Amino acid sequence: MIPELGHFALALAVAIGFAQAILPIWGAWRREQRLIAAAPAIAIGQFIALGTAWVCLTWSNVVDDFSVLTVAENGNSLTPLIYKITGTWGNHEGSILLWCLVISICGAAVAVFGGNLPSSLRARVIGVLGATAVGFQLFALLESDPFTRLWPPPEDGRDLNPLLQDPGLAIHPPMLYIGYVGFAVPFAFAIAALLEGRIDAAWGRWVRPWTLAAWCFLTCGIALGSWWAYYELGWGGFWFWDPVENASLMPWLTGTALLHSAIVVEKREALKTWTVLLAIGTFSLSLSGTFLVRSGILNSVHAFANDPARGLFILGLLGLVIGGSLLLFAARAPVLSTSGIFAPVSREGGLVLNNILLCSICAVVITGTMYPLFADLLLGEKLSVGPPFFNSTVFPLALPLFAAMAVGPMLSWKRANLGDAARRLWWVALAAVIVGCVAAYWARLLPTLAFAAAAWLILGATADIVERIKLFRQPLSASLQRLRGLPRGSFGTTLAHAGLGVTIAGIAGMSLASSAIVLLKPGETTHLDGYDWHLVDLHDAAGPNYSARVATIEISEGGVPVVTLAPERRSFPVQQVNTTEAKIHTNLVRDLYAVLGEERDGAAVLRLHVNPLAPWIWLGALVMALGGMISLADRRLRVGAPARRGAVLPAGTEPGLR
Amino acid sequence: MNRRVLLLAPFGAVVLAGAGFMTMLHRAQDGKFDPHGVPSMLIDKHVPPFTLPGDPGFADSDLAGRPILVNFFASWCVPCIEEASALMSLKQAGVPLYGIAYKDKPAATAAFLAEHGNPFARLGHDAPGRVAIDWGVTGVPESYLIDKAGIVRARWIGALTPETIATELQPLLRQFA
Repeated sequence: MIPELGHFALALAVAIGFAQAILPIWGAWRREQRLIAAAPAIAIGQFIALGTAWVCLTWSNVVDDFSVLTVAENGNSLTPLIYKITGTWGNHEGSILLWCLVISICGAAVAVFGGNLPSSLRARVIGVLGATAVGFQLFALLESDPFTRLWPPPEDGRDLNPLLQDPGLAIHPPMLYIGYVGFAVPFAFAIAALLEGRIDAAWGRWVRPWTLAAWCFLTCGIALGSWWAYYELGWGGFWFWDPVENASLMPWLTGTALLHSAIVVEKREALKTWTVLLAIGTFSLSLSGTFLVRSGILNSVHAFANDPARGLFILGLLGLVIGGSLLLFAARAPVLSTSGIFAPVSREGGLVLNNILLCSICAVVITGTMYPLFADLLLGEKLSVGPPFFNSTVFPLALPLFAAMAVGPMLSWKRANLGDAARRLWWVALAAVIVGCVAAYWARLLPTLAFAAAAWLILGATADIVERIKLFRQPLSASLQRLRGLPRGSFGTTLAHAGLGVTIAGIAGMSLASSAIVLLKPGETTHLDGYDWHLVDLHDAAGPNYSARVATIEISEGGVPVVTLAPERRSFPVQQVNTTEAKIHTNLVRDLYAVLGEERDGAAVLRLHVNPLAPWIWLGALVMALGGMISLADRRLRVGAPARRGAVLPAGTEPGLR
Repeated sequence: MNRRVLLLAPFGAVVLAGAGFMTMLHRAQDGKFDPHGVPSMLIDKHVPPFTLPGDPGFADSDLAGRPILVNFFASWCVPCIEEASALMSLKQAGVPLYGIAYKDKPAATAAFLAEHGNPFARLGHDAPGRVAIDWGVTGVPESYLIDKAGIVRARWIGALTPETIATELQPLLRQFA
C-alpha cells in the first residue's frame, strides 16, 4: 500500500511538474496575473508530492518491504537502521528520486523566500525550475521507477553495497546533490533573465545567495567524497582524478567562477552575458556529471546501474535542457546591455582573471576526462589519461590563481593601483618565501611551491582583514570597533580564501607522507617515521551484518604510548564482499593510518602510513564552506536589506571596499 | 555579426558533444563501442617472443604444454587489488598463472604480492613495459589465456571477477584443456 501511495505521489508530481513548467512562464509572457500568482503554490505542491514519494520510499526501506524491487536489491533485514535509511539513495532509482526531491525543494525555497522578487521574475524562475525537473521526474516514473513491485518477494534482500555502509558516504550523496541541483536556481534565474531580456544589479544580488548556498553544499559534498575515499577505500590517497570525482569538480570550478562574476554584476553591472553563460554552464556540467556516471560510458569505483538505454533517455533530457538554454542564450544575450566599464587593473579585472583561470582549469579537467572517449570515437585510439596529466596541467594554472587570490580583494573597484596592494602584501610575500625555503629542505619542487602558496593564501586573507580594521595603525579599541562593523561578507571571503590555503597545505603535506608494508606476528614491533607500531593481537569479531578480523596495534613514540588502533577486514556474507576498515588517529597535524591485509602463518600484512597535515585537506574545505555560509548570513544578501547598508556600518568605513 | 557567432559557439560545442555521446551510446548498445577495450590483435596468434627477468622469470617458450593464464599487473594499479582475491581463488583451483609486473619496481611488486597474496607460479618483471607493447596491452590489469601450443585464445581487460571466471574463463579452460 505504502509503495503504491509513493508511486501515485510521484505520478502526481509529474502532473504538477508540467503545470509548473507551463503555467507560470505562460502567465509571465501573457501578463496573466492569476497565473503568475499561482506559481509559488504550484512549486510548494510539487515539493509536497515529491516529499510524500520520498517518505514512502524511505518507509519501504526501513520496514524491509522486500516486495519492492529496489529494497530487495539494496536492503537486508540485518542492515543497521541508519543504512536502511541512507540505502534509500544508495542506488540508481533512489538517487534519481532524491535528485527530483532536491530540485523541488529548490522550487519551494524560491517560492517561500522569494517574496521580494518581482512577481513575474519569480514566476519565470519557478517555471524554468519546473521545466528542468519534469523531465527527470518523468525519467524516474517511466525508466527507473523506485516503487516497482517484485512478486514473489524474496526471503531477504541482497543488502546495500558494503562500501556504502559508512557514515561518511551516507551523507555524501545528499550533500553533493543539493550542491549539484542547487545550481539549478542560478540557472533558472539566468534563463528567466534571458526571457525577460533584462539583468540589473538586483538580479546579481538575488543570484548570489543561491549560488553561494549550492557552492557550500557542493564543497562539503566533494570534501566528504574525498574523505571517504581516504579512509574507507584504504588506499591511502584522497583524490584519484576518477571521472566521477572530476564530474563533481567541474561544476565546482565554474560555480566558484560564477560566485565571483555575480559580484561584478551586483556591484558594477558588468560581465552580464558572461555571468549568464556561467550559470547555464555550471548547471549543465552538474547535469552532465549525473549523466556520465550513469551511462556506463565512463567507468569508476562508484556503483551505479550502467544501462545505455537509460543513458539515451538522460542524454535526450540533457540535450533539451542544455541545448535549449544555450540556443536561448544565443538568441537573447545580445539584448543584455552592459554599462559598467573598468580598467584592467581593478577589482573587476581581478575577478575576470579569477574567472579565466578557473574556467581554464575546468577546461583542462574536461579535456582530460573526455579526450579518451572522443579519441576512441573519432580516431579509434585507445588511451587513458591519468593523474600525471592532471597534476602537470592543473598546477601551473592553479599557481597564478593562488597568487591573484590574495591580491584581488585588495584592489579597488573601477581602477586600482598594484603598488598599493604590494605595500599591504609585502610581509605576506616575505612570509611565503620563508615558508617555501623551509619547506624546500624536505619537499620536492611542487610541494614546496604549494606550501608557499598556502602561506600566501592564509596570510593574504588575514592581511585583508588587518588592513581593513587598520590594526596597529590606530588604537586597538578603534580596530575592534571596525572589526565589529565589517560586513560578514568580508569574513566570508577571508575564511574561504584561507580555507583553500589550508587545503593546499594539507595536499602538500600528503606528499611528505611515509608508508610501509610489513609482515608482523602478534607481539612484534616495527618502526615507521619515529613511531613504534606494536601488533598486540589478531582476533575475530562479529558485526550486525558482517564478520570481521581485527588487528590491535599499539603505537608509541619514544616509549610514550600514543594510541591503539584496531584496523579491520570485514566480510559481508550477503554480497560476498570484503572491505578494509582503515583506522586513523589524527592530532590535526598528522594522521597515523593503519590497514590490515592478508594473513599468513600467523603473521599479518599491515600497511602503515604517517600522513603529515592530511586532515587539513578536509578541514580547509570545511573552512571554505563555513566562509560561504557566513557570507550567506550577510544582511546585504538578505534581499531587501541593501538600502539600509549605511546604517549598519559605522561612519568612516568604506562601504565600497567590501 | 561576429558577436552573434560567438554567442552561438557554446550551443555549437554542446551539439557536437551531444552528437558524439549519442553515437557512443548507440554503438555501445550494439556492442560496437566499448571505451574500455580494443579487440586484441593477438587472438589466435602465437605469443610474441620475449624473455623476462624475475625469480625465476620466464620466456615465450615457457608458455606451452598446458593452458596458462598470463596476468599483467602492477603494484600501483588499484583494480589489481580488487582482482587479487579472484586470482588467489584461481590458483587454489589449480589454474597455472604467470604474472608480468608492468612498469613496476621489483621491491614494490614484492610488497604488493606480500600484502594481497601471490597467485603466480612464475613472475616476470617488465619494468620498461617493452613486452606489454608487443602484446598490445592497453592497461593493467589485463589477462591472456594461452593454450597448450602457445597460441593466445582470449584476453580480458580490467580486473577478472568471479563472474567472468565462471562464465568465460572456465569454459575456455575446459575447451583448451
